[in-house]
Amino acid sequence: MSDANLLLAVSGMLFALGLVGVVVRRNLLVMLMFLELMLNGVLLSLAVFTQLLGAEAGAVLMFLVFVVAAAEIAIAVPIVLLLVRAGRTLDPGSYAGLKG
Amino acid sequence: MGVAVTIETVFFGIFSLGALAGAVAMFFLRHPMRVALALIGTMLSLAAIYAQLGLHVIAVFQVLIYVGAVMVFMIYAIMLLDVRDRSFTERFSPLLVAGLAGLLLLVGVLVDGLLRGEPVVTPVIREDVFSVGTFAAVFMDEFWVYFALAAVLLLVAEIAASAVIDIRRRGEDLAAARREKLDE
Repeated sequence: MSDANLLLAVSGMLFALGLVGVVVRRNLLVMLMFLELMLNGVLLSLAVFTQLLGAEAGAVLMFLVFVVAAAEIAIAVPIVLLLVRAGRTLDPGSYAGLKG
Repeated sequence: MGVAVTIETVFFGIFSLGALAGAVAMFFLRHPMRVALALIGTMLSLAAIYAQLGLHVIAVFQVLIYVGAVMVFMIYAIMLLDVRDRSFTERFSPLLVAGLAGLLLLVGVLVDGLLRGEPVVTPVIREDVFSVGTFAAVFMDEFWVYFALAAVLLLVAEIAASAVIDIRRRGEDLAAARREKLDE
């Protein structure tokens, strides 16, 4: 197995672990962190292919994804804060009654 | 036929193990703060992998933006919301068995694909291609529109976050005023 294969395998495993973590864990903040783990897994494969192709555009794309991830977390955390202030719990199952 | 193990492969293996160990620890740790620390460990291992691939600029951004901004923000939120409810006492949802089955399936497909497929060419580290100067020149010459769009996106996110909090605060003020009126 080459180095690139190893890194692609790690990337896939990080994505799989992140996906399962989002499905399985009960805490809203922990679920957000698993979302970040999925994004990191995808970024690792992007880094490997950027290096393989020698493409500067890949590095720029990674930087832009970092910015989008920062924006995403800037929105997601206040929403979780408001949810917890309203419902006093971090268990997403307690918000099953939300409608629109 | 044996494959020669270079020092690069050994370091890739060590950092990959670090990243995977952090991800697995996130799965089992109970307190969100410990989960955040495990995720920071994974992110630092990934930054080391990026640096080893020659993507030094990305490694620096990984530490600055992810560990330095996103995770610090997350840790503030965890400290603010130290809720000891059912999400703390019961770590896993009822979908645990289905989730683990999905994980095994995903990893099985991945391993099968990697074992059957041709090995991808080993990355050749090119120092000049991904240096800070080259990155900056390409970034500002060819991708400045996307840079501006990303800046606008961040601004919109900031405004949206402030608006969400402000709407809530106004709602609480109105509710308090109504309560005062009723008391009178």
